[in-house]
Amino acid sequence: MESAWFILVALMIVAYSVLDGFDLGAGMVHMLVARTDTERRTILRSIGPVWDGNEVWLIAGGGTLYFAFPTLYAVSFSGFYLPLHMVLWLLVLRGIGIEFRTHLASPVAAGLFDGFFALSSFLLALFLGAALGNVIRGVPVGAAGTFFEPLWTTLRPWGDTGILDWYTIFTGTFAVIALLTHGALWVVLKTSGEVRDRARRVATRAIPVLALFTIVGVPLTVVVRPDTLDNYLQHPSLFVFPAGVVASLFLASRWNRKGRELAAFLATCFFVISALSGAAAGLYPALLPSSYGSQFNLTIFNTATGSYALRVGFVWWGLGMALAIGYFILVYQMFHGKVPLDPSNMSQDSLPIR
Amino acid sequence: MNEALFLHRIHFAFTITFHYLFPQLTMGLAPLIVVLKTLAIRTGNEKYNDAARFWTRIFGINFAFGVVTGIPMEFEFGTNWAHFSQLTGGVIGQPLAMEGTFSFFLESAFLGLFLYGEKKLGKWGHWCAGCLVFLGSWLSGFFIIVTDAWMQHPVAYMRLPNGAFSVTSFWALLCNPWALIQFAHNMCGALATGAFVMAAVGAFYLLDGGNGEYGRIFLRVGVIAGVLASLAQAFPTGDLHGKYLAKHQPVTIAAMEGLFRSATGAPMVIIGQPDAEHQRIDNPIVVNKVLSFLVYGTTTAEVRGLNAFPKDQWPTNIPLLYFAYHIMVGLGTIMIAVMLAAAFLLWRHMLYGNRWMLWIVMLCVPFPYIANTAGWMTAEVGRQPWLVYGLLRTSQGYSTNVNAANSLFTLLGYMGLYLVLGILFVFIMQREIGQGPEASSRRLIKTEIPVAAA
Repeated sequence: MESAWFILVALMIVAYSVLDGFDLGAGMVHMLVARTDTERRTILRSIGPVWDGNEVWLIAGGGTLYFAFPTLYAVSFSGFYLPLHMVLWLLVLRGIGIEFRTHLASPVAAGLFDGFFALSSFLLALFLGAALGNVIRGVPVGAAGTFFEPLWTTLRPWGDTGILDWYTIFTGTFAVIALLTHGALWVVLKTSGEVRDRARRVATRAIPVLALFTIVGVPLTVVVRPDTLDNYLQHPSLFVFPAGVVASLFLASRWNRKGRELAAFLATCFFVISALSGAAAGLYPALLPSSYGSQFNLTIFNTATGSYALRVGFVWWGLGMALAIGYFILVYQMFHGKVPLDPSNMSQDSLPIR
Repeated sequence: MNEALFLHRIHFAFTITFHYLFPQLTMGLAPLIVVLKTLAIRTGNEKYNDAARFWTRIFGINFAFGVVTGIPMEFEFGTNWAHFSQLTGGVIGQPLAMEGTFSFFLESAFLGLFLYGEKKLGKWGHWCAGCLVFLGSWLSGFFIIVTDAWMQHPVAYMRLPNGAFSVTSFWALLCNPWALIQFAHNMCGALATGAFVMAAVGAFYLLDGGNGEYGRIFLRVGVIAGVLASLAQAFPTGDLHGKYLAKHQPVTIAAMEGLFRSATGAPMVIIGQPDAEHQRIDNPIVVNKVLSFLVYGTTTAEVRGLNAFPKDQWPTNIPLLYFAYHIMVGLGTIMIAVMLAAAFLLWRHMLYGNRWMLWIVMLCVPFPYIANTAGWMTAEVGRQPWLVYGLLRTSQGYSTNVNAANSLFTLLGYMGLYLVLGILFVFIMQREIGQGPEASSRRLIKTEIPVAAA
């Protein structure tokens, strides 16, 4: 039962990363590939109807974690107090940047909101990647059962760690590059003309860097937390995830070169899915390992709630997810295809870029 | 009170109070937008469609502010109230997770369709999308109320070996009588906010001289909804809530009313300042026997005062509780009076030309916001000193691993951020209302997904 909830929570986090991942990526490439007001509005319109729903996966995932593994929710959120609140501030800024750019008809405001959107997307990717790095590396939780991580200590991933050390900075950068690629391919898929061409060039350049980070990342992770390999050695079938990572990177690169836009975007979706699933497979049954020794790990067994709550959760969770997937299919279908360049964009509403 | 606990409390109070300024309007407007859409379909009058589009844009702005200020709430339980979350996640994690799964997905999906899909969905499809946005926003309110109701009146739980609470009956948790009463009372409050805002914008247009036709529509819908909502707010929902509160949290009622000593035929204080030190009300204006009547339905019943309860059970901030409650009731009464007068004039066809009444309706717009906020403060300050009534004290629930300085730092961060948001909100709303319904209707249609692209 606890294992099933581990998988479900992991699924929700994966869904969040894939879906909001391209919003964040689109934000990061926003100011790189879109130069005029019309171009920038095209990118905003490509995520406009979906970004909020994508973000709901984070909220629903947080809620699910809260009810299935309350101890984990409490210990990790209070332990990651400072970076978590900063992530929340950035989410506020990003939402404002996306939603209200068009409400203030002023070039200065548009420039400011573009800046909010791009900078907060970049920092969110960095922070979320670093958060994942913290979870893989483990946190200084001991017999007391709680911890509080400062933003950084010695920048070494052992002992009394901070949020940032060389390993988590590495995972943060990895996330930035991965989501940048993912978002660039989304922009390629949803736009046309020069914006698409520029976004395609960004993806073409980013994919080799992403491949390099992936190759370096595996040995670094094993060095930082050797028991990541235990599950893999016991269940060799789990190697399907690393294989998926390699295959999807290769395919993304190939399809991007060939101009197969949808296929290339789906390949990076698959990359995010495989990479996160691979990380989750290495963690199980721990949800948050301790850097003081595995006896202090927060696992699915010592953080879960009662069995009735978990059982009844299945019923409504299944129903809720079926509905949510239905809505997503409906919305993505309604807004499928390229964002049209409608004539109003050329009119007096168009702003010069400051 | 220790410093960290104090700051964690202020942290939550500040962020939730600011957040709730937005959902109360969206929950209140959602059914009114459905009404406008229905009128548009039934009468074939395009003005109703323009009116619906205008309020949908206002809804969209408030929804976005509600979303961005709401996300921190979902995480603040864990960051600032770790012990509380650890102990109660097995119960209230359920409604909170359900809110995400059942209402946020619904709302976010259909608001996008409702805003940008009018042409594609067709008349009835668009109407359905509006209804689903309404359903989503009210469901969200329901799950939050279930969460709060469990903290006010815990039901359907057991304790696990590690001391944590876990739910024992899903339906008993969702059908907590406290939740049903509180939901009814709260939604009347939200509807009152929606109605007052709509009526006030209508009054503004009539006084201002532009958009007169829309002004009349907004006033008519706003006043009719407003009179129903503010009456239902007091009776039956407020009355029921008060009686239920008196039964399960009698000490809270005593503190709310400033009743320091038990009394038969207890009087109700209309105006006066509680002096907790000398345990009396300064310069009071009271009505005899009314409190007994309101709580027990008879003028002779004994109402227990604060002296009937041990001091460690008393709400920790009696003056704040007293004022919050009296402000809620006072403003609620004024709102009823204003809306009754406006509805009477509307019925006599005298409202649109009555400048006095239009000014009053316009200037009353802060009242429902203040009354809703004061109502929530009454509920939450009244629950003190408990987080979960009778089971878990507030002093036992906060994150002891997060020190006071860190809580202060993030509190200051939210204050700065929300100050900017508040200014931006006023600016955007002013612009939207100033441009009027025809402009926002044009904008919406322009940004719609063209049918040809499908």
